[in-house]
Amino acid sequence: MSAPNNSYDPVEVNALHPDEVARMRQEALDAIARASSLEELKEVRIAHAGDRSPLALANREIGALPPAARADAGRRVGGARREISEALKARQAQLEDERDARVLVEEAVDVTLPYDRIPHGSRHPLTTIGERMADIFVGMGFEIAEGPEVEAEWYNFDALNFLPDHPARTMQDTFFVAGPNGGESGMVLRTHTSPVQVRAMLDRELPVYVVVPGRTFRTDELDATHSPVFHQLEGLVVDEGITLAHLRGAIQVFVEQMFGEGLRTRMRPSYFPFTEPSAEVDMECFVCRGASVGNPDAPCRTCSSEGWIEIGGCGVVNPRVLVAAGVDTERYSGWAFGLGIERTLMFARGVKDMHDMVEGDVRFTAAFGMEM
Amino acid sequence: MRVPVSWLREYVALPAEATARELAEKLISLGLEVETVEEVGADVTGPIVVGRVLTIEELTGFKKPIRFCTVDVGDANGTGEPQGIVCGARNFAEGDLVVVSLPGAVLPGGFAISARKTYGRISAGMICSASELGLWEDHEGIIVLPEGFAEPGADAGELLGLRDSVLDIAVTPDRGYALSMRGVAREAAAAYGVEFTDPADLPVPETTGGGYPATVADPAICSRYVLRGVTGFDPAAPTPPWMRRRLHLCGVRSISLAVDVTNYVMLELGQPLHAWDRATLRGPIEVRLARQGEKLETLDHVVRALDPDDILITDESGPINLAGVMGGLSTEISDTSTDILVEAAHFAETHIARTSRRHQLSSESSRRFERGVDSAVQLAAATRAVGLLAELGGATVEDGITHIDLSVPREPITVAVGHTGRVAGVDYPVETEIARLRQVGCEVVRNGDTLSVTPPSWRPDLTDPNDLAEEVIRNEGYENIPAIPPRAPAGRGLTHGQRLRRAVGRTLAARGFHEVLNYPFVGERDLDALQLEADDRRRTTVRLANPLNDDEPLLRTTLLPGLLKTLVRNVGRGFGDVALFEMGLVYHPRPGAPAKAPILAVDRGPTAEERAALEAALPEQPRHVGAVLAGQRLRSGWWGGGQDATWADAIQTAREAASVAGVELVVRAAQHAPWHPGRCAALYLAGAEDEAAVGYAGELHPRVVKAYGLPPRTAALEIDWGRIEAAARPATAPRVSTYPVATQDVALVVDESVPAAEVEAALREGAGELLESIRLFDVYTGAQIGEGRKSLAYALRLRADDRTLTAEETNRIRDAAVAAAAERTGAVLRG
Ligand SMILES: [Zn+2]
Repeated sequence: MSAPNNSYDPVEVNALHPDEVARMRQEALDAIARASSLEELKEVRIAHAGDRSPLALANREIGALPPAARADAGRRVGGARREISEALKARQAQLEDERDARVLVEEAVDVTLPYDRIPHGSRHPLTTIGERMADIFVGMGFEIAEGPEVEAEWYNFDALNFLPDHPARTMQDTFFVAGPNGGESGMVLRTHTSPVQVRAMLDRELPVYVVVPGRTFRTDELDATHSPVFHQLEGLVVDEGITLAHLRGAIQVFVEQMFGEGLRTRMRPSYFPFTEPSAEVDMECFVCRGASVGNPDAPCRTCSSEGWIEIGGCGVVNPRVLVAAGVDTERYSGWAFGLGIERTLMFARGVKDMHDMVEGDVRFTAAFGMEM
Repeated sequence: MRVPVSWLREYVALPAEATARELAEKLISLGLEVETVEEVGADVTGPIVVGRVLTIEELTGFKKPIRFCTVDVGDANGTGEPQGIVCGARNFAEGDLVVVSLPGAVLPGGFAISARKTYGRISAGMICSASELGLWEDHEGIIVLPEGFAEPGADAGELLGLRDSVLDIAVTPDRGYALSMRGVAREAAAAYGVEFTDPADLPVPETTGGGYPATVADPAICSRYVLRGVTGFDPAAPTPPWMRRRLHLCGVRSISLAVDVTNYVMLELGQPLHAWDRATLRGPIEVRLARQGEKLETLDHVVRALDPDDILITDESGPINLAGVMGGLSTEISDTSTDILVEAAHFAETHIARTSRRHQLSSESSRRFERGVDSAVQLAAATRAVGLLAELGGATVEDGITHIDLSVPREPITVAVGHTGRVAGVDYPVETEIARLRQVGCEVVRNGDTLSVTPPSWRPDLTDPNDLAEEVIRNEGYENIPAIPPRAPAGRGLTHGQRLRRAVGRTLAARGFHEVLNYPFVGERDLDALQLEADDRRRTTVRLANPLNDDEPLLRTTLLPGLLKTLVRNVGRGFGDVALFEMGLVYHPRPGAPAKAPILAVDRGPTAEERAALEAALPEQPRHVGAVLAGQRLRSGWWGGGQDATWADAIQTAREAASVAGVELVVRAAQHAPWHPGRCAALYLAGAEDEAAVGYAGELHPRVVKAYGLPPRTAALEIDWGRIEAAARPATAPRVSTYPVATQDVALVVDESVPAAEVEAALREGAGELLESIRLFDVYTGAQIGEGRKSLAYALRLRADDRTLTAEETNRIRDAAVAAAAERTGAVLRG
């Protein structure tokens, strides 16, 4: 490398002549434009922008110029080198794009090929809809209570004001647990989730706001609409100043969240030993919203053109039940409801036959995925 | 209760334009569950008229006797001329009044009547039987109407009530009064706000006495007992068409006039009646409880051994009736009975309910008694019945009346003014409360802030203030109760256990398992098929007294039978690669449990001891997680081969399930039914390996595979989720070091019998706390390492949280790990 000096060499200085610089620049730009591959461009880079390239060499001679000429020559050479460098960068990008496009085309696959190598599973829709139903109430501040499936008769019947010889007690088609030597055991498979009402009142501090999703049992043969094993969601509130209006409000919230905004509900008087007054709850048909009633041209299969769908029973907790659970009836009152989970699933997701819910056919379960 | 609307209209001034459907809606909103509204006879049209048979000509030469009749049908045929009709029935004579369907009529089932040639004559119509008209069931021939029924040509369909609406009401157990026309009529009158005429409001004699001798042993079994008699009854008198029609519409079969009258009055007033052939009775009647060893043959020809709790009607011959449930055979009304004694009684509900259940004998009578009949209607009912026997059967009513009244007046219910409003959340004026209670028949006296309410004799269900509230609210309309969302205090959300259960379900589903919910019913056969030993705990089961299926009387102690059967079902339906899981309870009788769960008092809350006694009787009901899998675990496809489900999948699935709860399982080889003895893992809670296993996993025993018809090598796991849940501890944050990792691979050769878990445990311990993780990445057996040996290759990841480990340190740790493995398992470093 030559150091700047003050001597003057006309031959060397020729390389910095403006015409010469322009020529070298043009030569380089032409070579860049001609480069047809990244490999060629690499050679062009070495030849025209490398340490031994003409312009690099010319650059070294600037110091040999008289001081007055140096700035001028420096600008000229520097400008040319910058231009060449940018042209190289642009050409490099262009050639890389072309290469990538070619390679990526070569690497293309059939993305429609299925890859079901790892089979997926699913949760049972009764589980997920039961969770969904419970969560609506959890959102209102309720907690989830639980109880045993083999239950003492006292919890299942007596404490719920099912008197020993009342027809209501025999109407429930109970599975009885055999006692020793064929005697009575005082135990049943719970016929409803309602015994957990009593347990909740005994176990918890008042006020109580709970829902109880769970399995229940009655001696019904399996058919399209019955199953000896089924699921209920029980609700119980015991607090001061509790009325039927709050019950209706809670059910209204549930129906709208589960089935759709603006759906109406209605209560019809009914009878359950553990509630008084008692009611059946209907909701407006979420499919036809009543439009099918008296309209044979547009029948509704969901509600059988009744306009209403029965979803469960409810009522004010019979004070006799509160007494059996040790609750002060002067101060507290309550209400309870029971909703059928199978029934809710049938309506909410169009399940037609109870068999589908009990047989465990993976096609049925898989259709519902992981969440409801 | 089937309610013909035409009958109802006799007692309720329903608006003429009120439709049956509208009536049903109103009754539903009052709490009577109308299940169906049946429009009977709606498909019957055209001229169906009364005719008088003028002539009968017997046609001969046919396979069966045939008559050609001329019938006067008045002007109904347009000509006034007699109508010629061919008829195959023989139960009528010239001069009889009959029912004629003229050409143009359409009978039930779309059967169109037209004039046609038959048996060589033109038959212009049909002389009808009751069955052909859908009036009632009758196979005795055509209807012969009573003389004076109507003039020929009159509209018979109208007169016989061919078209009617029938409401079918499912009566809830509290509303016994609605098992009568009287009771439903009262509700209908309230629904429309119109006049109600009480059919029980009929003249009864002021004074009673001089009737058939009778006594009641105990007022607790019968509070009122009425007997009335008739003599000179014509046993051949037919039941008139109107009564047969009504009985038929109510679903009651016509038997004989005497029996039909008792049924009719029961439907009308709700009071079950019994009628005896007076000639068969022997001496005074006594109402009493049965004595040990007594027997009675009831009307259904069953000889019943009586229970000392059964109420009986007896005479000197012994039991003659199972009171309120069914009569005895020996005193039954027959087709020669002329003197009839009618009984109307009020028996104790609970006795009748128990008797009905004990003898598995449910009758129209017992259904009403066990729900509670009007305690004051007996005299009216008996009077109504003997009146009908006299009117329709030519009998003479006896003057003497037996009336034993042991009833005690009802205590009034005291209820605070405004109680209804506090129940409903609606402010009802006190005047409304009083008016509605009076409307349902209560006597109401106001004393300042309280009401003193005496319910009517037909409402035994009204006992508590809330019962009265319901009466007010339902009559005011449930639809008028506003919907106000409750304001619960802040809830705590789901418990940790509840969240874990959801999480493990999602995890198993994400691992390819489908959730199933099997019935918990199993049989000995299922347990045998699992190859359980005789003393296996899972053979100690809870048994049902009344299983649906006699082959499955037990409650499951393991989830596997249900899972395996469901797996077989799926395989049978073409899904050979299947993985299922279930989370549910199993049931183990509690050792040392009392024989019977006590029935506690209900007039107060139970004590802690009483509750504990109940819990002690209940079986243990732990929640298990079970899973089964067969076929391909990873599918084969264009990408290459698949991988079959194996014992290893089952064990790993159990570990992953437990890890959802942050619980580590320790795996040990075990021999445990129903698993393959060489491919079964017992699973223990880490740190509690000396306690019982929390579950088992592996491949099923080939005999189990065969017994259940499973695919070969089906694998299964079952864990006690309750113990996993209980072992769950909140995780503590690990220190995440950002220093570089140092890796060391070691291959160790051990005897084939050495469990990999032991080698790993030794390596872990030898490596110490700088070991971040260890992973077995290869298992090799083969000639290179010798017979009966296996090589286990482990990748050790070492890392410190305060420095970069040096090569010397990592080598030293590796050597220590290998030394520990060598010492504890005889492992040698593979050369
Ligand atoms: Zn609809």
